[in-house]
Amino acid sequence: MTSLLKETPMNDPLKNAAQKAVIDSAIAENKERPGAVMLVLNEVQGKIGHVSPSMQAYIARKLNAPLGQVHGVVTFYSFFKTRPSGKHTIKFCLGTACYVAGVGQLIEKAKQTLNIELGETTPDGMITLEECRCVGACSQAPVIVVNDEVHGRQRPNKFPQIIKKVQNEA
Amino acid sequence: MAFYRSHVLVCVDPECLAKGAHDIIDALQDEFVAQGLINEIQVLETSRIGKCSEGPEMMVYPEGVHYHGMSVDDIPYLVEEHFLKGRIVERFQEVIKPLVDEELGPLRPKEVRVVLRNCGEIDPNNIEDYLAIDGYQALGKALLEMTPEKVIEEVTNSGLRGRGGAGFPAGKKWALTRQVQGSPKYMVCNADEGDPGAFMNRRVLEGDPHSVIEGMIIGAYAVGASYGYIYCRAEYPLAVETLRIAITQAREFGLLGSNIFGTDFSFDLEVRVGAGAFVCGEETALMASIMGKRGEPSPRPPFPSVKGVWGKPTNNNNVETYSNIPQIITKGAAWYSSMGTERSKGTKTFAVGGNVTNPGLIEVPMGITLREIIFEVAGGIKDGKQFKAVQTGGPMGGCLTETHLDLPLDYEALTQAGSMMGSGGLVVIDENSCMVDIARFFMDFTQAESCGKCTPCRVGTRRILEMLQKICDGRGEDGDIEKLEALCYEVSRNSLCGLGQGAPNPVISTLKHFRHEYEAHIYEKRCPAKVCRPLIRFEVQAETCTGCTVCARNCPVHAISGERRQTHIIDEKACIHCGVCVQVCNFNAIHVLS
Repeated sequence: MTSLLKETPMNDPLKNAAQKAVIDSAIAENKERPGAVMLVLNEVQGKIGHVSPSMQAYIARKLNAPLGQVHGVVTFYSFFKTRPSGKHTIKFCLGTACYVAGVGQLIEKAKQTLNIELGETTPDGMITLEECRCVGACSQAPVIVVNDEVHGRQRPNKFPQIIKKVQNEA
Repeated sequence: MAFYRSHVLVCVDPECLAKGAHDIIDALQDEFVAQGLINEIQVLETSRIGKCSEGPEMMVYPEGVHYHGMSVDDIPYLVEEHFLKGRIVERFQEVIKPLVDEELGPLRPKEVRVVLRNCGEIDPNNIEDYLAIDGYQALGKALLEMTPEKVIEEVTNSGLRGRGGAGFPAGKKWALTRQVQGSPKYMVCNADEGDPGAFMNRRVLEGDPHSVIEGMIIGAYAVGASYGYIYCRAEYPLAVETLRIAITQAREFGLLGSNIFGTDFSFDLEVRVGAGAFVCGEETALMASIMGKRGEPSPRPPFPSVKGVWGKPTNNNNVETYSNIPQIITKGAAWYSSMGTERSKGTKTFAVGGNVTNPGLIEVPMGITLREIIFEVAGGIKDGKQFKAVQTGGPMGGCLTETHLDLPLDYEALTQAGSMMGSGGLVVIDENSCMVDIARFFMDFTQAESCGKCTPCRVGTRRILEMLQKICDGRGEDGDIEKLEALCYEVSRNSLCGLGQGAPNPVISTLKHFRHEYEAHIYEKRCPAKVCRPLIRFEVQAETCTGCTVCARNCPVHAISGERRQTHIIDEKACIHCGVCVQVCNFNAIHVLS
């Protein structure tokens, strides 16, 4: 695994003062609490948007936890990303109700419009397409989540407008 | 104490004060004196009523009329009209816009709300709202008037069973945890509502968090626990936020912390957030996650009652179970057990979704039939289509058909029918859905969410998915159905936890009730519901096509051509069978053939 954890300037927390401060404060806050690994990782993921291999190594060292445990937790849960995502994220709900209501067609339209696959980011780093588990807004199916905001009753022909809106927000 | 026939509440928030709320109060008092009403009507100060930006504001009870925007000069007229003549002054009346709540509308026929009673009725971020409707009274009763044994007895007598899906009697579980030696003991609330199509727990957490907290404190008193965790999934950020506010407020009011209500009972709790792993809804996996580990289940026994969080005795219940507790304590076991069937008491919330007219959250007494839920409470199938199946119990449940519609819903009846109660998601499926595809969808879900610890689930779900994919792709062969059946049997028998044991259920139940659809895919290479892409093709009907070009413009691969006002043509070779054109066509001019 060590080969996966090469320190590169881009994901080395020690080379980015702002990120290091976030990580250090998350560690300081939760170090003494039981089950600290999840708490720290949740906070880092929430504030920085990803937990790179070298961040994992750093967190493990600071928490006195085996790197294997930290890495194991990061790879187990789908919320933790090891690479940064685009500026905006569009998630497609794959719950049963959304599936029955035709989220598949929406995904197809999105992939064609942006010319990327699910899980990928547009070359300009603006939009990432993702699938997500049921967000519990089933009465408005099919549902997409644009930057943590739920949009219900989507139709494929309305999708370009969503993208335009997202791009304008930049 | 003097009695008044009417009370006038005037908002004295800073913004209303700046707009002369005190002058309004003085003017009202003067006018009531002048009219001789001062002994009949009381004027009170209150905090925010509505929008202070439209202030000054006042509320008149018992009518519940909301006035705003009046000036001191208007008061004599207002008092004369409203309090002497009994006419509402519409000029100042707040126009009440009906709240559109798509999930939880007004009470529907046959509904009985116990768990959902406060959702949408109170402000979840203000504990005083909950206290005002007798919140935390059950806690007071339990702590001051009842022994822990008596609390357990009451819950046992109520017949409340675990609402997470398994249906283990709640009182019995509490009694087990109480008996175990060990300290400290923990309370855990499972708010990791991962089933696609289920959102009843989210609604309770967001709308009425204190009922869950109160239920947990009562439970902690009964089992002798001193600390608690609410494990909430990360997909529900609002629920997490609401819970944190609620816990802080409960602490400020002395309802959490040391010596609650002056007794020697102390209890505190915190929220732990998941990170997107479905298997963490399984109790042993959930506790591993609380402890900061990978959420992998472990074999039971030892049960959490004996060895749970941090190796200590732990009581674990679902959100809905806890939120039933306060009312059982207040209104008594007899009241609760008067609802429901012989073995399943009380009410159950269901999230009705899929192809129904009125999707949303409902709460009905146990023992109601599926037909009543789908056709009476949820308004029947959308767009007048034909009912085909209803999926209950999430991805580990099964599909039930027309023949099961009159089954009285309880834990045993659903299990006998080859499905399960689960957390209460009901996804209604109409004639336009392919059951093989639905089974494949659920397998895709469980395969992705399998934690990978045990082989039957890790490898078995993958193989089942591949076989289903093969059938959906039109590559199915003779003998595939038998192989599927055998594999499903092995996976459900040999897996470690509920996820693997239940994973084949959608396949088993669709094979049982919709075998002909599987056979059509395999032997006739045809999808009867016209869903499976490799087995369908699209055709524009010349007589209905108006040539509006909407399909051509929306086709992701530009496979549709045609001039404006001319019948369009689909290029078979370029078409990827995505179905976007069917969805966007306003004239139903594109037909699917199989």
